Amino acid sequence: MNAANHMGFIVASYAATAAVVGVLIAWVTLDYRLQRRSLVDLETRGVTRRSAPARPERTIEQAKEEA
Amino acid sequence: MAIADLANPSRFLKLANRTIPWLGGLTVLVFAYGIDQAMLAPDDYQQGATVKIMFLHVPSAWLGMLGWGVMSVAALGTLVWRHPLADVAAKAAAPIGAAFTLLCLVTGSLWGRPEWGTYWVWDARLTSELVLLLLYLGVIALWRTVEDPSRAARAAAILTLVGAIDLPIIKFSVDWWNTLHQGSSVFRVGGSTIDPSILIPLFIMATAFTLLFFTLHLAAMRNEILRRRVRTLRLMQANAAS
Repeated sequence: MNAANHMGFIVASYAATAAVVGVLIAWVTLDYRLQRRSLVDLETRGVTRRSAPARPERTIEQAKEEA
Repeated sequence: MAIADLANPSRFLKLANRTIPWLGGLTVLVFAYGIDQAMLAPDDYQQGATVKIMFLHVPSAWLGMLGWGVMSVAALGTLVWRHPLADVAAKAAAPIGAAFTLLCLVTGSLWGRPEWGTYWVWDARLTSELVLLLLYLGVIALWRTVEDPSRAARAAAILTLVGAIDLPIIKFSVDWWNTLHQGSSVFRVGGSTIDPSILIPLFIMATAFTLLFFTLHLAAMRNEILRRRVRTLRLMQANAAS
Protein backbone atom coordinates (compact mmCIF):
# COMPACT_ATOMS: atom_id res chain seq x y z
CA MET A 1 0.00 0.00 0.00
CA ASN A 2 1.45 3.35 -1.03
CA ALA A 3 2.06 5.55 2.01
CA ALA A 4 2.17 8.75 -0.05
CA ASN A 5 -1.38 8.15 -1.33
CA HIS A 6 -2.72 7.99 2.20
CA MET A 7 -0.56 10.63 3.88
CA GLY A 8 -3.49 13.08 3.69
CA PHE A 9 -5.68 10.77 5.83
CA ILE A 10 -2.90 10.31 8.41
CA VAL A 11 -2.16 14.04 8.62
CA ALA A 12 -5.88 14.84 8.83
CA SER A 13 -6.29 12.37 11.73
CA TYR A 14 -3.42 13.88 13.71
CA ALA A 15 -4.63 17.43 12.93
CA ALA A 16 -8.19 16.59 14.06
CA THR A 17 -6.83 15.07 17.28
CA ALA A 18 -4.64 18.12 17.95
CA ALA A 19 -7.62 20.41 17.31
CA VAL A 20 -9.99 18.51 19.64
CA VAL A 21 -7.37 18.22 22.40
CA GLY A 22 -6.54 21.92 21.95
CA VAL A 23 -10.22 22.88 22.29
CA LEU A 24 -10.53 20.76 25.47
CA ILE A 25 -7.44 22.34 27.04
CA ALA A 26 -8.64 25.85 26.06
CA TRP A 27 -12.10 25.09 27.47
CA VAL A 28 -10.86 24.03 30.94
CA THR A 29 -8.27 26.83 31.09
CA LEU A 30 -10.62 29.66 30.04
CA ASP A 31 -13.46 28.32 32.19
CA TYR A 32 -11.13 28.22 35.22
CA ARG A 33 -10.10 31.83 34.65
CA LEU A 34 -13.75 32.88 34.21
CA GLN A 35 -14.87 31.21 37.44
CA ARG A 36 -11.89 32.57 39.42
CA ARG A 37 -12.58 36.08 38.12
CA SER A 38 -16.28 35.80 39.00
CA LEU A 39 -15.42 34.63 42.53
CA VAL A 40 -12.93 37.48 43.04
CA ASP A 41 -15.51 40.01 41.71
CA LEU A 42 -18.14 38.77 44.14
CA GLU A 43 -15.74 38.71 47.08
CA THR A 44 -14.50 42.25 46.41
CA ARG A 45 -18.16 43.33 46.50
CA GLY A 46 -18.37 41.77 49.95
CA VAL A 47 -20.33 38.67 48.96
CA THR A 48 -18.68 35.75 50.70
CA ARG A 49 -19.99 32.40 51.81
CA ARG A 50 -19.39 33.20 55.46
CA SER A 51 -20.90 36.73 55.43
CA ALA A 52 -24.43 37.27 56.67
CA PRO A 53 -26.92 38.54 54.12
CA ALA A 54 -27.69 42.27 54.23
CA ARG A 55 -31.30 41.53 55.15
CA PRO A 56 -32.21 38.43 57.14
CA GLU A 57 -33.73 35.76 54.96
CA ARG A 58 -37.42 35.15 55.52
CA THR A 59 -38.39 31.66 56.47
CA ILE A 60 -41.25 29.94 54.63
CA GLU A 61 -43.38 30.27 57.80
CA GLN A 62 -42.70 34.05 58.00
CA ALA A 63 -43.56 34.47 54.33
CA LYS A 64 -46.81 32.55 54.87
CA GLU A 65 -47.70 34.69 57.89
CA GLU A 66 -47.04 37.88 55.94
CA ALA A 67 -49.13 36.61 53.06
CA MET B 1 -6.14 11.04 52.81
CA ALA B 2 -9.22 8.82 52.92
CA ILE B 3 -11.61 8.76 49.96
CA ALA B 4 -14.36 10.04 52.25
CA ASP B 5 -12.30 13.19 52.94
CA LEU B 6 -12.61 14.10 49.25
CA ALA B 7 -16.35 14.50 49.79
CA ASN B 8 -15.43 17.93 51.12
CA PRO B 9 -15.21 20.21 48.03
CA SER B 10 -12.63 22.50 49.69
CA ARG B 11 -10.31 19.57 50.38
CA PHE B 12 -10.88 18.30 46.86
CA LEU B 13 -9.97 21.73 45.44
CA LYS B 14 -6.72 21.78 47.43
CA LEU B 15 -5.83 18.30 46.18
CA ALA B 16 -6.77 19.22 42.59
CA ASN B 17 -4.67 22.40 42.70
CA ARG B 18 -1.65 20.37 43.82
CA THR B 19 -2.21 17.45 41.44
CA ILE B 20 -3.17 19.10 38.12
CA PRO B 21 0.27 20.63 37.28
CA TRP B 22 2.09 17.32 37.98
CA LEU B 23 -0.47 15.26 36.11
CA GLY B 24 -0.33 17.73 33.19
CA GLY B 25 3.47 17.55 33.09
CA LEU B 26 3.44 13.74 33.17
CA THR B 27 0.84 13.72 30.37
CA VAL B 28 3.07 15.89 28.14
CA LEU B 29 6.09 13.63 28.77
CA VAL B 30 4.21 10.39 28.04
CA PHE B 31 2.63 11.94 24.93
CA ALA B 32 6.05 13.04 23.64
CA TYR B 33 7.41 9.51 24.13
CA GLY B 34 4.28 7.89 22.71
CA ILE B 35 4.22 10.03 19.54
CA ASP B 36 7.93 9.34 19.04
CA GLN B 37 7.36 5.58 19.35
CA ALA B 38 4.26 5.75 17.12
CA MET B 39 6.20 7.51 14.37
CA LEU B 40 9.04 4.96 14.65
CA ALA B 41 6.65 1.98 14.51
CA PRO B 42 6.83 -0.01 11.27
CA ASP B 43 4.08 0.09 8.67
CA ASP B 44 1.57 -2.72 8.79
CA TYR B 45 2.09 -5.43 6.16
CA GLN B 46 -1.51 -5.02 4.95
CA GLN B 47 -2.52 -1.47 5.87
CA GLY B 48 0.79 0.25 5.27
CA ALA B 49 1.29 3.67 6.91
CA THR B 50 -2.41 4.16 7.69
CA VAL B 51 -1.86 1.97 10.75
CA LYS B 52 -0.51 5.17 12.37
CA ILE B 53 -4.15 6.33 12.65
CA MET B 54 -4.71 3.43 15.05
CA PHE B 55 -2.53 5.15 17.68
CA LEU B 56 -5.19 7.89 17.86
CA HIS B 57 -8.35 5.98 16.97
CA VAL B 58 -8.11 3.11 19.47
CA PRO B 59 -7.27 5.22 22.57
CA SER B 60 -10.05 7.67 21.61
CA ALA B 61 -12.51 4.79 21.40
CA TRP B 62 -11.40 3.44 24.79
CA LEU B 63 -11.67 6.87 26.42
CA GLY B 64 -15.09 7.53 24.94
CA MET B 65 -16.24 4.37 26.73
CA LEU B 66 -14.19 5.10 29.87
CA GLY B 67 -15.88 8.51 30.09
CA TRP B 68 -19.31 6.90 30.16
CA GLY B 69 -18.02 4.31 32.65
CA VAL B 70 -16.84 7.12 34.97
CA MET B 71 -20.23 8.81 34.57
CA SER B 72 -22.04 5.54 35.38
CA VAL B 73 -20.10 5.06 38.62
CA ALA B 74 -20.74 8.73 39.44
CA ALA B 75 -24.45 8.21 38.66
CA LEU B 76 -24.54 5.46 41.30
CA GLY B 77 -22.76 7.88 43.63
CA THR B 78 -25.51 10.44 43.01
CA LEU B 79 -28.51 8.10 43.29
CA VAL B 80 -27.33 5.54 45.88
CA TRP B 81 -24.59 7.03 48.05
CA ARG B 82 -25.51 10.73 47.49
CA HIS B 83 -21.83 11.65 47.39
CA PRO B 84 -21.51 15.46 47.14
CA LEU B 85 -18.95 15.29 44.34
CA ALA B 86 -20.57 12.50 42.32
CA ASP B 87 -22.68 14.74 40.10
CA VAL B 88 -19.74 17.15 39.77
CA ALA B 89 -17.64 14.24 38.44
CA ALA B 90 -20.40 13.14 36.06
CA LYS B 91 -21.04 16.62 34.67
CA ALA B 92 -17.32 17.28 34.20
CA ALA B 93 -16.72 13.96 32.41
CA ALA B 94 -19.51 14.35 29.83
CA PRO B 95 -17.93 16.93 27.45
CA ILE B 96 -14.54 15.18 27.65
CA GLY B 97 -16.04 11.77 26.89
CA ALA B 98 -18.08 13.30 24.06
CA ALA B 99 -14.94 14.88 22.56
CA PHE B 100 -13.08 11.55 22.58
CA THR B 101 -16.07 9.73 21.09
CA LEU B 102 -16.25 12.34 18.32
CA LEU B 103 -12.52 11.91 17.78
CA CYS B 104 -12.98 8.14 17.55
CA LEU B 105 -15.64 8.58 14.84
CA VAL B 106 -13.60 11.15 12.89
CA THR B 107 -10.33 9.21 12.96
CA GLY B 108 -12.26 6.00 12.22
CA SER B 109 -13.78 7.61 9.11
CA LEU B 110 -10.36 8.85 7.99
CA TRP B 111 -8.97 5.34 8.49
CA GLY B 112 -11.97 3.67 6.87
CA ARG B 113 -11.77 5.58 3.59
CA PRO B 114 -8.38 4.15 2.48
CA GLU B 115 -9.02 0.70 4.04
CA TRP B 116 -12.69 0.05 3.28
CA GLY B 117 -13.25 2.55 0.46
CA THR B 118 -15.87 4.46 2.46
CA TYR B 119 -15.95 7.03 5.27
CA TRP B 120 -19.05 5.56 6.87
CA VAL B 121 -21.13 2.41 6.91
CA TRP B 122 -24.10 1.64 9.15
CA ASP B 123 -22.54 -1.44 10.76
CA ALA B 124 -23.10 -2.34 14.41
CA ARG B 125 -19.78 -1.04 15.78
CA LEU B 126 -19.94 2.34 14.05
CA THR B 127 -23.64 2.83 14.77
CA SER B 128 -23.33 1.93 18.47
CA GLU B 129 -20.41 4.36 18.74
CA LEU B 130 -22.55 7.08 17.13
CA VAL B 131 -25.31 6.25 19.64
CA LEU B 132 -22.76 6.82 22.44
CA LEU B 133 -22.00 10.29 21.04
CA LEU B 134 -25.74 11.08 20.88
CA LEU B 135 -26.14 9.87 24.48
CA TYR B 136 -23.33 12.20 25.57
CA LEU B 137 -25.01 15.12 23.79
CA GLY B 138 -28.32 14.18 25.42
CA VAL B 139 -26.81 14.21 28.93
CA ILE B 140 -25.04 17.53 28.28
CA ALA B 141 -28.33 19.01 27.00
CA LEU B 142 -30.13 17.69 30.09
CA TRP B 143 -27.62 19.35 32.41
CA ARG B 144 -28.14 22.63 30.57
CA THR B 145 -31.93 22.39 30.43
CA VAL B 146 -32.69 21.75 34.12
CA GLU B 147 -31.75 24.82 36.16
CA ASP B 148 -31.65 23.22 39.61
CA PRO B 149 -28.32 21.29 39.81
CA SER B 150 -29.61 18.57 42.14
CA ARG B 151 -32.66 17.82 39.96
CA ALA B 152 -30.47 17.90 36.84
CA ALA B 153 -28.02 15.52 38.55
CA ARG B 154 -30.71 12.92 39.31
CA ALA B 155 -32.19 13.09 35.80
CA ALA B 156 -28.73 12.88 34.20
CA ALA B 157 -27.79 9.96 36.49
CA ILE B 158 -30.83 7.95 35.38
CA LEU B 159 -30.13 8.65 31.70
CA THR B 160 -26.47 7.72 32.25
CA LEU B 161 -27.32 4.35 33.82
CA VAL B 162 -29.81 3.57 31.05
CA GLY B 163 -27.24 4.60 28.43
CA ALA B 164 -24.58 2.34 30.00
CA ILE B 165 -26.22 -0.56 28.16
CA ASP B 166 -24.53 0.80 25.02
CA LEU B 167 -21.04 0.00 26.41
CA PRO B 168 -21.25 -3.82 26.11
CA ILE B 169 -23.04 -3.38 22.78
CA ILE B 170 -20.07 -1.37 21.47
CA LYS B 171 -17.54 -3.86 22.87
CA PHE B 172 -19.23 -7.03 21.62
CA SER B 173 -20.90 -5.66 18.46
CA VAL B 174 -18.10 -7.12 16.33
CA ASP B 175 -18.74 -10.57 17.85
CA TRP B 176 -22.55 -10.48 17.86
CA TRP B 177 -23.02 -9.15 14.32
CA ASN B 178 -21.26 -9.44 11.00
CA THR B 179 -19.53 -6.06 10.74
CA LEU B 180 -17.22 -4.33 8.30
CA HIS B 181 -15.28 -3.17 11.36
CA GLN B 182 -12.60 -5.67 12.31
CA GLY B 183 -13.00 -7.92 15.34
CA SER B 184 -11.22 -7.44 18.67
CA SER B 185 -7.46 -7.53 18.20
CA VAL B 186 -6.02 -6.10 21.43
CA PHE B 187 -8.01 -7.52 24.37
CA ARG B 188 -9.18 -10.94 23.26
CA VAL B 189 -9.11 -14.53 24.44
CA GLY B 190 -5.84 -16.08 23.26
CA GLY B 191 -3.92 -12.79 23.33
CA SER B 192 -3.50 -9.85 21.04
CA THR B 193 -3.10 -10.42 17.30
CA ILE B 194 -1.04 -7.22 16.93
CA ASP B 195 2.74 -7.42 16.62
CA PRO B 196 4.60 -6.00 19.67
CA SER B 197 6.33 -3.43 17.41
CA ILE B 198 2.90 -1.80 16.99
CA LEU B 199 1.21 -2.95 20.20
CA ILE B 200 3.75 -1.35 22.56
CA PRO B 201 3.48 2.16 21.00
CA LEU B 202 -0.31 1.71 21.10
CA PHE B 203 -0.22 1.05 24.87
CA ILE B 204 2.07 4.07 25.42
CA MET B 205 -0.31 6.30 23.45
CA ALA B 206 -3.28 4.82 25.34
CA THR B 207 -1.53 5.65 28.63
CA ALA B 208 -0.89 9.23 27.43
CA PHE B 209 -4.53 9.67 26.37
CA THR B 210 -5.74 8.24 29.70
CA LEU B 211 -3.52 10.65 31.64
CA LEU B 212 -4.88 13.48 29.49
CA PHE B 213 -8.45 12.36 30.24
CA PHE B 214 -7.90 12.37 34.01
CA THR B 215 -6.01 15.70 33.95
CA LEU B 216 -8.85 17.33 32.00
CA HIS B 217 -11.44 15.64 34.21
CA LEU B 218 -9.81 16.89 37.40
CA ALA B 219 -9.56 20.42 35.96
CA ALA B 220 -13.18 20.34 34.77
CA MET B 221 -14.33 19.13 38.23
CA ARG B 222 -12.43 22.01 39.82
CA ASN B 223 -14.17 24.43 37.44
CA GLU B 224 -17.57 22.93 38.24
CA ILE B 225 -17.04 23.32 42.00
CA LEU B 226 -16.03 26.97 41.47
CA ARG B 227 -19.06 27.51 39.17
CA ARG B 228 -21.36 26.24 41.93
CA ARG B 229 -19.72 28.55 44.46
CA VAL B 230 -20.26 31.48 42.10
CA ARG B 231 -23.90 30.43 41.65
CA THR B 232 -24.41 30.20 45.43
CA LEU B 233 -22.84 33.63 46.01
CA ARG B 234 -24.97 35.19 43.25
CA LEU B 235 -28.11 33.69 44.80
CA MET B 236 -27.05 35.06 48.20
CA GLN B 237 -26.42 38.46 46.64
CA ALA B 238 -29.81 38.45 44.91
CA ASN B 239 -31.48 37.31 48.11
CA ALA B 240 -29.82 40.07 50.12
CA ALA B 241 -30.80 42.69 47.55
CA SER B 242 -34.49 41.67 47.50
